[in-house]
Amino acid sequence: MIITDVLCPFCGDLCDDIIVEVEGNKIIEVKEACETGMSKMMGHERIAAPMIRENGKLVKTTYETAITKAAEILTNSLRPLMYGWGSTTCEADKKGIELAEELGAIVDNTTSVCHAPSILALQDVGLPSCTLGQIKNRADLIIYWGSNQAEAHPRHMSKYTSFTKGFFTKEGRKGKYVMVFDIRKTTTAEVANEFVQILPGEDYRVLSALRAILAGAGDVVPFSVGGVPKGKLIEIVDRMKNSKFGVLFFGMGLTHSRGKPYNVANAISLVRDLNAHTKFAVIPMRGHYNVLGFNQVCTWSTGFAFAVDFARGQPWYNPGETSTVDVLNRGECDSALIVASDPAAHFPRKSVEHLARIPLIQIDPYASLTTELADVVLPAAIAGIEVEGTAYRMDGVPLRLRKLIEPVHLSDEEILSRILSKVREIRGD
Amino acid sequence: MELLITNGIVYDPINQISGEKVDIFIKDGKIVSGVKNPKTIDAGGRIVMPGGVDMHTHIAGGKMNVGRMLRPEDGRRGIESKKKLTRACTGYSVPNTFATGYRYAKMGYTTTFEPAMPPLLARHTHEEFRDIPLVDKGAIPLLDNHWLILEYVKSGDMDKLAAYIAWMMNATKGYGIKIVNAGGGEAWGWGKNVRNLDEMVPNFDVTPAEIIHGLAEANERLNLPHSIHIHCNNLGHPGNCDTTLATFDLVKDVTSNNRQVMHATHAQFHSYGGSTWADMYSKADAIASYVNSHDHVTVDPGQVMFGDTTTMTADGPMEHELHMMSKRKWTNKDVELETGSGIIPVFYSRKVSINTIQWAIGLELVLLIKSPWKTAITTDHPNGAPFTRYPEIISLLMSKKRREEALKGVHSAINKRAILSSIDRELNWADIAIMTRASPAKILGLDKHGKGHLGIGADADISIYDISPEEDDPRKIQSALSNAKYTIKGGEIVVKDGEIVAVPEGRTYWVNPEFDGDVTKAMLEDLAVKFKDYYSVSLANYPVQDAYVPHPIEIKTRCKNAS
Repeated sequence: MIITDVLCPFCGDLCDDIIVEVEGNKIIEVKEACETGMSKMMGHERIAAPMIRENGKLVKTTYETAITKAAEILTNSLRPLMYGWGSTTCEADKKGIELAEELGAIVDNTTSVCHAPSILALQDVGLPSCTLGQIKNRADLIIYWGSNQAEAHPRHMSKYTSFTKGFFTKEGRKGKYVMVFDIRKTTTAEVANEFVQILPGEDYRVLSALRAILAGAGDVVPFSVGGVPKGKLIEIVDRMKNSKFGVLFFGMGLTHSRGKPYNVANAISLVRDLNAHTKFAVIPMRGHYNVLGFNQVCTWSTGFAFAVDFARGQPWYNPGETSTVDVLNRGECDSALIVASDPAAHFPRKSVEHLARIPLIQIDPYASLTTELADVVLPAAIAGIEVEGTAYRMDGVPLRLRKLIEPVHLSDEEILSRILSKVREIRGD
Repeated sequence: MELLITNGIVYDPINQISGEKVDIFIKDGKIVSGVKNPKTIDAGGRIVMPGGVDMHTHIAGGKMNVGRMLRPEDGRRGIESKKKLTRACTGYSVPNTFATGYRYAKMGYTTTFEPAMPPLLARHTHEEFRDIPLVDKGAIPLLDNHWLILEYVKSGDMDKLAAYIAWMMNATKGYGIKIVNAGGGEAWGWGKNVRNLDEMVPNFDVTPAEIIHGLAEANERLNLPHSIHIHCNNLGHPGNCDTTLATFDLVKDVTSNNRQVMHATHAQFHSYGGSTWADMYSKADAIASYVNSHDHVTVDPGQVMFGDTTTMTADGPMEHELHMMSKRKWTNKDVELETGSGIIPVFYSRKVSINTIQWAIGLELVLLIKSPWKTAITTDHPNGAPFTRYPEIISLLMSKKRREEALKGVHSAINKRAILSSIDRELNWADIAIMTRASPAKILGLDKHGKGHLGIGADADISIYDISPEEDDPRKIQSALSNAKYTIKGGEIVVKDGEIVAVPEGRTYWVNPEFDGDVTKAMLEDLAVKFKDYYSVSLANYPVQDAYVPHPIEIKTRCKNAS
């Protein structure tokens, strides 16, 4: 069976033009996807069954037993942490937030360690933005800043930016000027018109210089800023002002170098100021295919996008205090439920050490480093391959993930729903 | 379950009941003529009305959610703990979804319409609807800046225009046609705007006047329950009253089935005289006078109330102008081929002349429009103020004394550049029942589908307020309207003594117009090109799946003769 218009559940581009061939409940061919997406969709080794750690070893058990154990751990905790949600559906996110509210837990997603600075910057200065199709149809100046999407979002340039044609961009690549700002010449920079190399940690200064020149205060800008000569900076501002529709995409090079949210706020402010001269947009390059979906669900259901602490019975949001790494580094939480992410592989050592100390429940299709720390492991069906559901593309366009084959395991949503019922049962509600 | 409401003083304007003691019988969620074994509610001489209907309130979707994300400071303003039945609440002008449902129900409202759904993001609106409990909902898709619509209007292909709109209602699970700054959204794709009704939209060679007229004709041809719902061009500009009146005049020749052909929303923002902010003044009298002498237009005020709120609209260029003036944090979101939006926080101050005049204009409009059937009470939530300010607004409209008190504390510009102080009219309970129930239901075309009245067969959506009709203390009126004694939704008691006692999910109204198959086929060929070449998603993934509308009320319409 051939299935067309399939969504790829891998990166924030959420490509929806994949063609998949299924035979006997197995995906045998994937077309149009990038290599990473194809690899995920073709499938690889999965967790076979629910497991509980006994005497230091994970032992196979039933869902019923593992879910009961998970519910007991969470119910007996004073300060549970529920983290992850990078690669699952909004439907699972909703159930998870409901569970967090019931438990008085802290609920946080992978945003906490990727684009949290972007959300903090948004709160500070706003975000003039647009959907990716707007870029495809109009943009003649495309800027990637601290973002190497040739590796991280492999089809981004061919689907939405440099190598595509649109209504007002019929010339395609010829009519577009592509710039890359980064500290090293990336693969993305190799296919750009211009690469502007910035000294590590100097993004904020370069952005400030560009803003000063734009504001007509170029006289305060020194001879060279962040390794970029002043003449070049003036030229860049001219190019920005003279574009018909410009866009600035930024990635972790900006969100996680010195200055973090201040870098992003400065970049957004530059784009905002450019709108007094021409049309300009800014888009954060969100990583996982539905990391933004969690932010959306969390925002409409709690008022806040991530790092929400329900200990008071009401949402309390204070990133830096209620964000996962901070909570772990303070040794504060006494259990953790990790869904669809692998903090053990990505968190600072101190955070992982605390995760190792406390009872840990993992819900995931795949074994990871986090599995090595888990006390309860609940294998899940793969969203977008075995389960339908909603995902939000990096630009906020919501799409419905397809179910391509029958799952062997329960969905994240179903597992969370059963944990919630069990928690209520234990509490006698 | 059966219910009997007895001893209530009932206001049911659609059924010509105005403050009479009438028993109301409820069975299986509907009003019936009698019941056998009811639970009885003794209303004890209190006021009983159909459930409130808010016809224009930005409660759900991409824009509202970015508003929440932008303003954690607003989120912290309305925090309430989780309770046995209710989820935790946050927010004042940008409340979370749960708070939205609870707060409406506590005020006795049972139906709310989101008036600005970007079609590409329709799924988001419906996702949030699922998390807004208690109230019934509908969403009106933004269609006026859509490329295919601009092209059909330009070529005069009214058949395909209607076919496309019919398809869009299905694809978005939408309820009607929203127009926002016609043509201005497309121009904003290049950072530009259109300034008058005859200015060409860049690259599309079509004018706002042609778009508005074309959509009004298509609306009536498809027999949609609601008329076109328009946010006029030039919102918030001094002197925009001329544009507004010219917009009304544009659709004079369009005929409809026994209702308006244009609903002009948040008219307060469109009723300004003068040429700059320094000489801007109220032209509410001119707008009201037009509405009084014509039957094809209805308006709602979009009342401004003093204090902090969040403005959000599909009028992208307008929000950018506000940002350039106030320099406050600003978001913009252009949506490919279709529309855009912007958000900015605002503080309406009683010490600022412009804000004071804006506040006055909304009240003036409602008081000067003679027939309450031609208007409905709104704040364009959260643009003028959050919907939770309705009880205060109603108390101002019902009490000249309260208005006089309020006038004392505001900027003196009100004496020269507004007319509020010269208006003596005080609305009565019948007027309020019309403007908050019967009229918005009729304007939306929902009265034929059981909303806004208490006749046999109507939905048993009822509010009982702890006040008798004789009470004229405006503060007691405000207090009673803020916390319903009872709110009954679909025959179930959901609020008692101002507390939520049940949380059923609401339903979603959408319109499914039937249209000629051959024309639709030809239109779909044009649409396929748009998706192949210009959209960033595929056509197959665009329509909102049924899973997002778990409790649909589908209204089918039949098209009038093809042209």
